[in-house]
Amino acid sequence: MSSIAATATTISTSRTKVIQPAWVRVMHWINAAAMIVMIMSGWQIYNASPLFDFRFDRSITLGGWLGGALLWHFAAMWVLMLNGLAYLVTGLVTGRFRRKLLPLSPASVIADLKAALTFKLSHDDLSAYNAVQKLLYLGIILVGIVVVLTGLSMWKPVQLHWLVSLFGDYPAARYVHFVCMALICAFLVIHILLALLVPKSLRAMITGR
Amino acid sequence: MAKRPFLIPGVDKRLLIKDSLKTMPDLTRRRFLTGGASLGALTLLTGCDVVDSDTAEELLKKVSKFNDAVQAWMFNPDALAPTFPESAITKPFPFNAYYTLDEAPEIDAADWKLDVRGLVDNKKSWTLDELHALPQVTQVTRHICVEGWSAIGSWTGTPLRDFLKLIGADTRAKYVWFNCADKDGYNSPLDMRTALHPQTQMTFKFADQILPRAYGYPMKIRVPTKLGFKNPKYVVAMEVTNDYKGGYWEDQGYNSFSGS
Repeated sequence: MSSIAATATTISTSRTKVIQPAWVRVMHWINAAAMIVMIMSGWQIYNASPLFDFRFDRSITLGGWLGGALLWHFAAMWVLMLNGLAYLVTGLVTGRFRRKLLPLSPASVIADLKAALTFKLSHDDLSAYNAVQKLLYLGIILVGIVVVLTGLSMWKPVQLHWLVSLFGDYPAARYVHFVCMALICAFLVIHILLALLVPKSLRAMITGR
Repeated sequence: MAKRPFLIPGVDKRLLIKDSLKTMPDLTRRRFLTGGASLGALTLLTGCDVVDSDTAEELLKKVSKFNDAVQAWMFNPDALAPTFPESAITKPFPFNAYYTLDEAPEIDAADWKLDVRGLVDNKKSWTLDELHALPQVTQVTRHICVEGWSAIGSWTGTPLRDFLKLIGADTRAKYVWFNCADKDGYNSPLDMRTALHPQTQMTFKFADQILPRAYGYPMKIRVPTKLGFKNPKYVVAMEVTNDYKGGYWEDQGYNSFSGS
């Protein structure tokens, strides 16, 4: 009985290796939803007092007006922060970050970037990230941390004034928060484009294999 | 494995959605969820095909109440808002309201009195001269608007906690509720712990000059640990109360605690 079960497991793992474990998939899609709500409500909040000479079109914002957008923003922030914290802790504790994202050298990034731009980059093994992926994923984790820290600075500039001073002052934290949003949007464009170019990577993020 | 049936077996999913949409509230009532993009995002969030926007609004309001509690827990009564040198003062300091400067209250000091109500020993009204005679202090702090902009100003007046002591206010009460002369009747509740914060001030001067009309003459409440809309101008009455009486912006959806 037990030997049959063991054989079955061996066969299934050798046939299709789990690329994205369940916790990564669940947290990835929770993060995706929370991030979209944060970005769209954030654009509506931005419109109340724009930092630059433009506003976001109402059709792509969430909340209808400043008050509604703030309700969305300060609700989704809990989902984003708690999910993000769980992701960081699990990634560090399981060794996934170290295994998947390290080592990373400038030379390997340049080599893989050249290969990618000449369409010579291999996607045969989705479980091993190339150097460009490693850089982007490490980078977006860092941006994610900074966007939360600047967000907290703007939410509690008196109670967390020590955090604000990390970014200079309150107005500076606003600019850094905006730049992080822009970087996340840029990442999203590349991320979605590449997922569509290599559809089996999207399948792996849904089914795990 | 057999395909699992979705929703109700035998019922066409698309027709069900169509029917449900008919029962949805009028678009104009959905302040929080305008436009297809918002509905799309909510679909992502909940995984539901049909969105009841009233339910979403209720949920958001509940989270906002939860955020009030979190902020009250985070509030440190001894943490001071950063202060700045006079050279850092923003010039000109912005005027911002839901009306234009022309529509701002024009108050004649001779007709004005500060009414004191609620859980206080001495309910006497105060004239501006009586208030000006109280000891005053100056603070140079950053005013942060709910809209995101901020500006540094210099405010001079009497710490509210000293005045509350003077009138024998029950400082165990939950709120000090302010009423103002702004058109449409501005009002705003301030939680007692913030009211007792050392930097919370009954302000009579801006940049060492008698408070100009734009900044709330004859009296504003300066609360550097709150967003700007919780710094009422043109104050005509204060009430010490245990009841949550709402506020002009708070009732429209701005977070009630809105602490900095």
